[in-house]
Formats: sequence, structure tokens, C-alpha cells
Amino acid sequence: MQLYLPIAEVSVDILLILGLGGLVGVLSGMFGVGGGFLITPLLFLAGIPPAVAVATSTNQIVASSFSALLGHLRRRTVDIAMGSVLLAGGLIGSGLGIMVFNWLKARGQVDLLVELSYVLFLGTVGAMMFIESVNALLRARRPGARPKRRKHYWAHALPLKMKFRVSGLYISAIPPLMVGLSVGVLAAIMGVGGGFVMVPAMIYLLGMPTKVVIGTSLFQIIFVTAFTTMLHAVTNQTVDIALALLLIAGGVIGAQLGTRIGARMKAEQLRILLALLVLAVCGQLALGLVLRPSELYVVETVRPA
Amino acid sequence: MILRLAFLLIALALPARAEEIVLGLSQDQVAITATFDGSDILIFGAVRREAPPPEAPPLEVIVTVSGPLAPATVRRKERRAGIWVNTEVFEVDAAPSFYAVATTGPLEEILTATEDLRHAVSIPRAIRAVGNRVSGAGDYVAALLRIRSAEGLYRYEEGAVDLERETLFRTALTLPADLVEGNYTTRIFLTRGGAVVDRYETVIGVQKVGIERWLYNFAQQQAALYGLMALALAVLAGWAASLAFAGWRR
Repeated sequence: MQLYLPIAEVSVDILLILGLGGLVGVLSGMFGVGGGFLITPLLFLAGIPPAVAVATSTNQIVASSFSALLGHLRRRTVDIAMGSVLLAGGLIGSGLGIMVFNWLKARGQVDLLVELSYVLFLGTVGAMMFIESVNALLRARRPGARPKRRKHYWAHALPLKMKFRVSGLYISAIPPLMVGLSVGVLAAIMGVGGGFVMVPAMIYLLGMPTKVVIGTSLFQIIFVTAFTTMLHAVTNQTVDIALALLLIAGGVIGAQLGTRIGARMKAEQLRILLALLVLAVCGQLALGLVLRPSELYVVETVRPA
Repeated sequence: MILRLAFLLIALALPARAEEIVLGLSQDQVAITATFDGSDILIFGAVRREAPPPEAPPLEVIVTVSGPLAPATVRRKERRAGIWVNTEVFEVDAAPSFYAVATTGPLEEILTATEDLRHAVSIPRAIRAVGNRVSGAGDYVAALLRIRSAEGLYRYEEGAVDLERETLFRTALTLPADLVEGNYTTRIFLTRGGAVVDRYETVIGVQKVGIERWLYNFAQQQAALYGLMALALAVLAGWAASLAFAGWRR
């Protein structure tokens, strides 16, 4: 079944787009990642112009993240205090990131930087998570082995201490603010919500429990992507509401499924799966950079302003 | 059909140049609706002449349809330090979004290079004709042609025009589903021995209608409101799905 998209100006298969939305929704609910690093390349493959794909997927991420967040709120696995601190840092970071982005753009080669930072970050984050969670899983399997006690994080020594009750942490607000800020910078440069960097950062840098991390990440992703959607709608008019609705319809259902799947799984298993996914996307991008492309030229239609 | 024939007969009776085109279109407007998945346009016509046609060379017909022009950026990848990166960039000022050439026979046999240059019929000529600075950019223009041809946006349909008794011609043109709005310039050329003896030009208007039109205008004219609507829909949909699934816990 075909639908002509009013803004993208292409005709797409309704079931294909619903499926893509659903797939990303499941991931969003399971791992607390927005899925921006996944849906945008998939939309390119489906023939959607890049500018529309980037702008519209942010709108879809708002919907699936919101749906998943409600599921987490009901389960009380959202640390709103922590989320707000991260968000504050994130908004400052996005502002800085956009400045960095424009500075690099003026010097050319911004595409390369974006791709390289994808490979670098996805690779490091994925490998780190994979090794750590495999170790954790093996430790849990060993008979008589006790789970390792939580380390005393460096964050405990800093001033401005805050109580994050849901996470069971009493730490300084500075580390989460810095995490939010660096993720915000990255997100603006790479054009994603930043969940895939935020989630491991919360686990490993802030020492938050995995179950709380996902809901909290969703909480801040909603605000960041809503902000980006508005930015795209106002400056480029590239948000395709028909495409977004199809993605959303698939996405919200997928997100509900994902939240339930995630709730039944062990935290280590969840982390291994996310690590594998991140590594797969990283490998795909790295191959694209290294292998000789079949077509050495790329044509981009410039849309009249 | 009777009306059409009557029209042709009247047309044939009128005095004019040696050989002249009389054209008909099955539709001169294409409406893009939500379920639009391409459109077939029948282009038909007749050759009106005072004197009997010359014995040789034979009459040939070329039909071209060109979509609206838009600038395009062509980038080239090169290997630098082991990875493939975009290096050089070339801006094509105006390239048609769609270009099809339908003919009665192989284009190079029925149209000379000089006539092609003058009337900008073939795909490379049509691109060069719209005021593009292409000197030293041959590879880029060739890449543009190659990529758009592979996507089915630029195409030759040699032999797709039926010509009967050197008088009546017709061709069915398939417009793709990924159609861009705008005016599609349709040109018909009559050639003999590679020389153009007459040309005719008309326009097929392609426009979004109904909700497609409304959404597009909304996004363009009230961008902030449109963005807020998109966000509201997203939040609403997320909430509705969460509510719908609330009962299904375990």
C-alpha cells in the first residue's frame, strides 16, 4: 500500500514505514535510546530525502520516548531529579554543540567529522559495555559468587551534593551536569538524541542502577528531540507529519512492547544486547568509510528555500 | 473518439507550414493525492500538411517531458588516509527533477548533433542548455546523469512513439510515483533526415491536492504552529498507546 508524503515528496510503502517505526520503538522501550542513530539511516534506505529523514525522525522519537516514559513512570523507574540535572546540562551542551558544528561547517569536512565521531563513540561505548556486561553475566553464573559491591565513585567527593532518591545516590550535581553537557554537545554535532552515549555514561560514570537509567534517559531525550523538531520545522520546513504519523503509529506500539520485554530481562542481558546493536551500527559505518563505494559521486537535490 | 477525429480532420484541412504538429493530451493536469503512485499520460497528435509528404527521408517524432528545474550538489569521494571522504563538490545550477525522451527510433539516427545542440533534446544537452557552467565539470555532470538514470528519473524510451502513415502519432508516458510539483514542459519534435521540421511545446501541471496541498502549505507558511502540531500529535500518540497498553502489564 502506497502513500505519497506531502513534504518528502516521495511515495512510500505504508507497511514498510510502520515496520521501521515499530522496530525502533521496541529498541527505544527496551534500552532507553531514542533510536535516532538507527532510524535515520533506515529512512535514507527507504528513499526519504536526508533532510526530511533527520527532521522527521526527531519527531517520531518524541512520540516513542513519551510512550515508553509513561510505562517507566508507572513502574517508578524514572529519576526526575537526575533527569532534570542532565537536561539542564544537555541544553547548554546543545547550544555549544551547534556553535561547534557551525564552526566546523565553515571549515568544510563536517560530514567526515560526524561519521568519524559516530564510529569512534559507538565503537568505544559498544565495546566497553559489551566487555563489562559479559563479565557481569559470567560473575553471576559462577556458583557462590557475590555481586561486586558498588564502588565508591569519584563523584562523592565534590560539593553541591544532591539526593537522587530513585537512583539511591547522594552525589554532587556537578558530574551529571557535565555528563549532560558533553552528551548535548555530541548530540548537536551528530544530530541524534544522544541516548546511546547517555545510557552508558549514567551506568558507568554516575553509578546509577540500569533499570532507572532507561526511564531517566527517555525523560531527557523527549525534551532534547522536541527542541530539535521545532528547530527543523521552523528553519527548514522538513518535518513530514504524514511520515511522522506512520513512524509514530509503529513506534508507540513498539515502545510498549519494548518496555515490557526490557522489564523481564536481566540488566546484564539488556546491556549486552544494546552493546551488540551499537557495535553493529558502528561496524556498518566503519565499513562505509573504508570500503570503496560502488558509486564515487553523490547527488543531492537542493530544495528551494 | 469521434470528437477527436473531427478535430484532427479540421486541423488537417487548415492551411499552414509544410508539416505541422497538432497535439492532444489525455490530461494536462496531474493531481497528487495521498494515494498517488504514478500516472500515465497519453500524448497523441497528428501531422498537418498541405502537400503530400516527401518520399524520403522518413518522418520521425521525438517527445520530451521535463520536470521542474532545481539546483543539485554533486560530491566526489576520494580515499584519504584509508577512508573514503567527500572531497570535491560541484554545484549544478539547474537540473530537471525528471526528464524523459520518447522517440520513434534511435535518437542519434533521427536527430543530428547540430539539431540536438540547437533544441537541447537529448538528456546531456538538456542539462547543459539551462545555463549551467559545466566547463571542467564533465565528470560531475556525467555522474548526475548516471545516478538519475539509474533511479529512473532520466530515461530514453526509443521506439516508444507509434507513428502511423506519417500522420498520427501517440505515446504513453509513465510519470513516476516520486513526482515533484511543478510544470512539466512537454515538447514534440518532427524530424526528417535528422533535421527538425517542426516543434510544439505545452505544459503539464503537476500539483498536490486536498490534504497533501494543505499540509505542505501549512508547513511552509506557519512553520512554528506546524512544528507544535507535530509535537502535540507525537505526545498524544505516545500517551494513547501507553493508555491502550496499560491493562496489559505482565
